[in-house]
Amino acid sequence: MLAKCMKKATTVSTIGQTISQRYASSGEVRRVTLIPGDGIGPEISDSVQKIFEAANAPIAWDPVDVTPVKGRDGIFRIPSRCIELMHQNKVGLKGPLETPIGKGHRSLNLAVRKEFDLYANVRPCRSLEGHKTLYDNVDVVTIRENTEGEYSGIEHEIVSGVVQSIKLITETASRNVASFAFEYARQNGRKCVTAVHKANIMRMSDGLFLSICREQAALYPDIKFKEAYLDTVCLNMVQDPGQYDVLVMPNLYGDILSDLCAGLVGGLGVTPSGNIGKGAAVFESVHGTAPDIAGQDKANPTALLLSAVMMLRYMNLPSHASRIEKAVFDAIADGRAKTGDLGGSGTCSSFTADVCARVKDLA
Amino acid sequence: MLSRSLTTVSRMAPQALASRQYSITAPRPPTEISQKLKVTIIPGDGVGPELIYTVQDIVKQTGIPIEFEEVFLSEVHYTRSASIENAVKSISKNNNVALKGAIEESAVLHTEGELQGLNMRLRKALDLFANVVHIKTLDGIKTRHGKKLDFVIVREQTEGEYSSLEHQLVPGVIECLKISTRPKCERIAKFAFDYATKTGRKKVTAVHKANIMKLGDGLFLKTCQDVAKQYPKIEFESMIIDNTCMQLVSRPEQFDVMVMPNLYGNIIDNLAAGLVGGAGVVPGQSVGRDFVIYEPGSRHSFQEAMGRSIANPTAMILCTANMLNHLHLDAWGNSLRQAVQDVVKEGKVRTRDVGGYATTVDFADAVIDKFRI
Repeated sequence: MLAKCMKKATTVSTIGQTISQRYASSGEVRRVTLIPGDGIGPEISDSVQKIFEAANAPIAWDPVDVTPVKGRDGIFRIPSRCIELMHQNKVGLKGPLETPIGKGHRSLNLAVRKEFDLYANVRPCRSLEGHKTLYDNVDVVTIRENTEGEYSGIEHEIVSGVVQSIKLITETASRNVASFAFEYARQNGRKCVTAVHKANIMRMSDGLFLSICREQAALYPDIKFKEAYLDTVCLNMVQDPGQYDVLVMPNLYGDILSDLCAGLVGGLGVTPSGNIGKGAAVFESVHGTAPDIAGQDKANPTALLLSAVMMLRYMNLPSHASRIEKAVFDAIADGRAKTGDLGGSGTCSSFTADVCARVKDLA
Repeated sequence: MLSRSLTTVSRMAPQALASRQYSITAPRPPTEISQKLKVTIIPGDGVGPELIYTVQDIVKQTGIPIEFEEVFLSEVHYTRSASIENAVKSISKNNNVALKGAIEESAVLHTEGELQGLNMRLRKALDLFANVVHIKTLDGIKTRHGKKLDFVIVREQTEGEYSSLEHQLVPGVIECLKISTRPKCERIAKFAFDYATKTGRKKVTAVHKANIMKLGDGLFLKTCQDVAKQYPKIEFESMIIDNTCMQLVSRPEQFDVMVMPNLYGNIIDNLAAGLVGGAGVVPGQSVGRDFVIYEPGSRHSFQEAMGRSIANPTAMILCTANMLNHLHLDAWGNSLRQAVQDVVKEGKVRTRDVGGYATTVDFADAVIDKFRI
């Protein structure tokens, strides 16, 4: 473990370059690895492809099947083709995958996350006009450290009935995610970054995270920086979510808060997500595979669509991104074609057709 | 001190007026019990002292037969703070009961010295393993969901992430240990099921993250499942913490009794308090084998409101009412609870957090006015 950490410490981050400068805004067609996923995955991926075509987005898809294959050593693995494609394309879009509980192979998420060091998970949660929830002023982005913390996966049973789980916080990973958060805030016109922590209890580990956030905050004087205890954020989030803007935090807290925020705006069916690293990024919908409605044209493609919009922004195609985003928001606000889970009577294909028409109108 | 006694005097006046209509017909003898019960109070930091003094005032004005012994514990004013031993001694002398405000745990960013906060040390010293927070909507407090909520959160609070075992391996790499042990998991699970049985509740939900922390939270979940088998009349289900948070903001009415490890409890306590009106209205208690400490359900010291008399004392007064019930002063406890509920329901005297302009003292006066026994 020590060696792993040392290795991390030697890689120097240059996030500023990662996000936008790497892609010059030219007309060339970029290739994106598409993992349609299981259950409703193929339907919603199809919907995204159609809408992108309607919007004339300069994206070519490389669909890949990620059903685990048995390797020579008898262990099931993600097909190497998928990893190869990711190495080529550097950008992926992923539908929902059946979680392999106890199947004995590493999940795709984990494999890709490790391979490309996708250290930040970004989830923008925004209230949708046309999908009424109890909260109508939510516009929060949660940025979560994705590689260590409570989910480091280091656990042992010391003696029977006594388990020790290790929460690992390193300076490098904290700095990566903190500077990413500020960079994200700057590029997306956000005003304020709040570091969420529990340094009053975990004084060293969360203390380190917090002090790194403070250090990075000093480098971004144009972005306001605040600190808040996790419990305070939870309390305020359900009372008045409008007071938060960008939140940055360690792994577990991010997991909890991002789902909480998704709950505020109507669930995982309408919230996009992106996993971003230094050289690569995977955008995904984080909802389940919904096997009960698979193949019935009832699925709601919004989460994957908005993830794809995030992807376009990451690839420095903001005009296409805004156009598709506006079309999606308008379609939901209009409500005639929205799907059953949002209280509408539309189908996946009618919603797709509606968005396509709007995209063309906006052009 | 002088100004304090002055306000007490000025408060007596309207009360005397209000009670005159009764005194014409039957002059009520001052309600005194020969012996008063003693309890320890720990004012804490931030608005804690104000809230505790509010309670003392109410007790004085209504003749509730309890007496207080104050122990000042604080990390912020550590030179004035009593020691944990003093606090333990005082509580065990005073019926094993205490009423406590929040003690601020400052985010000290130093690497040496004490890693454990005062709250943790007090809980460990008294072995207060269970934190019980009853989330209940009060009539008169507007909530977003408009539903009637009534559920209980049981939180383990002696181990888990709060074990304060942290160290630096090499510069820039910190390990924080989360400890889960079977005896403590068993104890909290049994407590939750016993609580459910005793209060006639139907369902216990274990909240965990066993899909990721397979051993640590796995042990907790497994233990809960084992204990559940001994209580066939109570339904048992488990839920992953992130999903629980999402469910709480979308369908909070589905919960009955929830049981969880330390950190998740901290999150859920606060989240749920937010659903029913905030930190100022939810009472809680920390329970051990021998001791009980009554304290607000979400433990915020609310430093920024200190000295402004704007904090909502509802939670602290309800804590006092629960404490009176615990001390078998049921009539007093129920009357006090009724008085608070009436004031909140009427909605004439509201503190800022629930949309009014009244001060802490105004609220206390209103409660004293409504108090009937």
